[in-house]
Amino acid sequence: MTGVRVAGVGLTHFGSHPDRTGRDLFAEAALNAREDAGVPLDDIEQLNVGNFAGSLLEEQGHMAPLLAEAAGLDCPATRYEEACASAGVAVREAVRTVRSGEADVVLAGGMERMTNNDTPETTEALAIAADELFEIRAGVTFPGAYALMATAYADAFDVDEDELKTDLANVASKNHDNAIPNEYAQYQREISVQQALDAPPVAEPLGLFDCCPVTDGASAIVLVSEEYAAEHDLSAEVAVVGTGQGTDRMALQDREYLARTPAADDAAAMAYEEAGIDATDVDLAEVHDCFTIAEVLAIESLGLYEPGEGLGAARRGETRADGKRPVNLSGGLKAKGHPVGATGGSQIAEMTRLLRGDHPNSDHVADAEVGVTHNAGGTVASAVVHVLEVAE
Amino acid sequence: MSDAGFDEWLHAFAAEDGYYLECANGHGLLPPRRICPDCGSTEFSEESLPESGTVAAVTTVHVPAPSFDADAPYDTVVADFGAIRLTGVVDAEPGTVEIGDDVEPAVGASETTGNDVLMLRPV
Ligand SMILES: [Zn+2]
Repeated sequence: MTGVRVAGVGLTHFGSHPDRTGRDLFAEAALNAREDAGVPLDDIEQLNVGNFAGSLLEEQGHMAPLLAEAAGLDCPATRYEEACASAGVAVREAVRTVRSGEADVVLAGGMERMTNNDTPETTEALAIAADELFEIRAGVTFPGAYALMATAYADAFDVDEDELKTDLANVASKNHDNAIPNEYAQYQREISVQQALDAPPVAEPLGLFDCCPVTDGASAIVLVSEEYAAEHDLSAEVAVVGTGQGTDRMALQDREYLARTPAADDAAAMAYEEAGIDATDVDLAEVHDCFTIAEVLAIESLGLYEPGEGLGAARRGETRADGKRPVNLSGGLKAKGHPVGATGGSQIAEMTRLLRGDHPNSDHVADAEVGVTHNAGGTVASAVVHVLEVAE
Repeated sequence: MSDAGFDEWLHAFAAEDGYYLECANGHGLLPPRRICPDCGSTEFSEESLPESGTVAAVTTVHVPAPSFDADAPYDTVVADFGAIRLTGVVDAEPGTVEIGDDVEPAVGASETTGNDVLMLRPV
């Protein structure tokens, strides 16, 4: 088993680009990643690409050969679909391929084009990540499902509604603050806790500023074996030292817990074991905050907080940029944006930049050695966790 | 088009004859099922659902999917019926149901599509 390095990362701007095709978005990310890596096109042996709803939102199936062609690649190409965790799975399988020695260089990432549709169409397309029979037909929307988890959380841990909403508003405000210097972010602007609290309701107790936006964007990373990096004298100082994945029941009603995400617990345990770390070793995290409550559940599943104690982390300042363990220095899905099938790759790209020192927020984590990414599908019926480390 | 197993299960609520499936090892499930995801059992019996359950999570949906456009705002709840939980639209003024309230299942229709919807009615 060989070690895996991140040789290069590439992103498009995350935002509203309704006139840009998915293939063009991915081509830009792939080109950026390849230029960052300094790896010749012909050395790329495989493409793993995440995409969730292209068949609905862009009326385009069979995405892998299309995106391979767009990226200038002639190699085996596969599209991975695990709802919002699509790119996380694509990266994970790329890591396993390089580790196994089957390939030295794999391009992984994802793409989603969303703003070319009206909001109701997009809402409907995103809802397919839930159980069609037992949830969608019962009026459950994507924000609605997380709102159900939020009220179950408040009930389980005896939190009153004002405290719940205020703590969640602090998560939103924190992530907007982090996005301000990030040139790839959809919302490079601050929102106050009060602004978040005053936003119109979407699915109570969640308001507009508890929800991630609809976003177009793509991500790409070049993963190489340690041997390839050494032979070609690549500057690839960030290693992927752990990868894990977990699965839960599809519908919330069938889960053991409504206010916890055991799929992410399992993914974290698997990734930490591979990396030989525990939660206390984690210096920073990029987590799947599709809704503010999702960040709370994520940091608890990652073991950074006990169940019930993650809610107040942003309010207490602990997960802020200047806190003891920053979470979502990229701005997260909340403020950086959430092009669904690209997000898992974007988290790896942002974590790599943060650890390498070339992210606008790197100064907040100058001594960091271990970063964790957490990417979730649907209401965390699937989850992928990666551990990245500064090598040597 | 029908969804075998699910449709029969949903319509049983209209006859106040709601049921769930219990595997040979006592795990509660909803149809259609061939294999118990808890234990792998392939033996199931139909068991009567308790008349009412308790709300375990609730949200008031203001921004619906297009298929519930005319229904919004509405409350969706997950309610605990012991062996299983149910997710349904609340048959009451939005914002009036709380965690811990008792609800009973019924079949209603979406105001938007006319499709059958599992409703949970405060008791
Ligand atoms: Zn069983």
